[in-house]
Amino acid sequence: MQLLTFYILAFGAVVSALLMVTNKKPVSAAMSLIATMVFLAGLYVLLDAHLIAALQIIVYAGAIMVLFLFVIMLLNVDEKEGRMAGNTILLQFGAMVSFGIVFIMMVGLVKSGGTMLVFGEGADQFGTTKAVGKMLFTDYLLPFEIASILLLAAIVGAVILAKRRIDDPDQRSHHSGS
Amino acid sequence: MVSLNSYLILGAILFTIGSVGVFTQRNALIIYMCIELMLNSVNLTIIAFSRFLNSMDGHVFVFMIMTVAAAEAAVGLAIIISLFRNKATVNVDDINLSKG
Repeated sequence: MQLLTFYILAFGAVVSALLMVTNKKPVSAAMSLIATMVFLAGLYVLLDAHLIAALQIIVYAGAIMVLFLFVIMLLNVDEKEGRMAGNTILLQFGAMVSFGIVFIMMVGLVKSGGTMLVFGEGADQFGTTKAVGKMLFTDYLLPFEIASILLLAAIVGAVILAKRRIDDPDQRSHHSGS
Repeated sequence: MVSLNSYLILGAILFTIGSVGVFTQRNALIIYMCIELMLNSVNLTIIAFSRFLNSMDGHVFVFMIMTVAAAEAAVGLAIIISLFRNKATVNVDDINLSKG
């Protein structure tokens, strides 16, 4: 039963990831990526990581991808903008790199002697919100606080990067016009 | 029973698909999505190892990676917006401001 669930979720994740990579339209690519993230959340549940699975749906599929869709619709990019790499050198390089990664993976698998590393019995309350939260607020309190500062810096950076300059000539003429 | 190997192979396949996307796509937004996919595949690997080693430290790591991914998405999309405002394109072939 668990094996079947794993294969269904893994197949779905790989297929939707391939759909995203081969897509030319940003909106469809974003939708495929959301599907991949939902399948990955299912895999996290299989791995007893309940809090992370919930966060995957809420933060990734919810917040980050909505931000992506917002920007895609805000920019309203033409379809021809999303064309694939026209020059074959880049495509060949991409193929070479991907085959390299798969090759390294295969070498690692062969070196491991094909032994299947089976999961043991999970500890009590493994991956629950209570257990992870306790860890986050005791052992990892300082990294947690630093993460909040990082988010604050990201907010300030995003506002400064995306805002229009005050001395922008377009803005000024618009103001004097009205 | 699903073994650790299956999860590692799935993570590697997803990472590879993401890196192929970064090399073949020309739209800056889709390249960003491919980077997100690569981050996700690493998360899957960390969670699988965390379950295998029966230690929850990996979950905290994934939590931090999600925070960094959110910050990266916010700043990166702001950069794309200001680029689009100046060059009216998101095609990375047409954006070569740093080219000497």
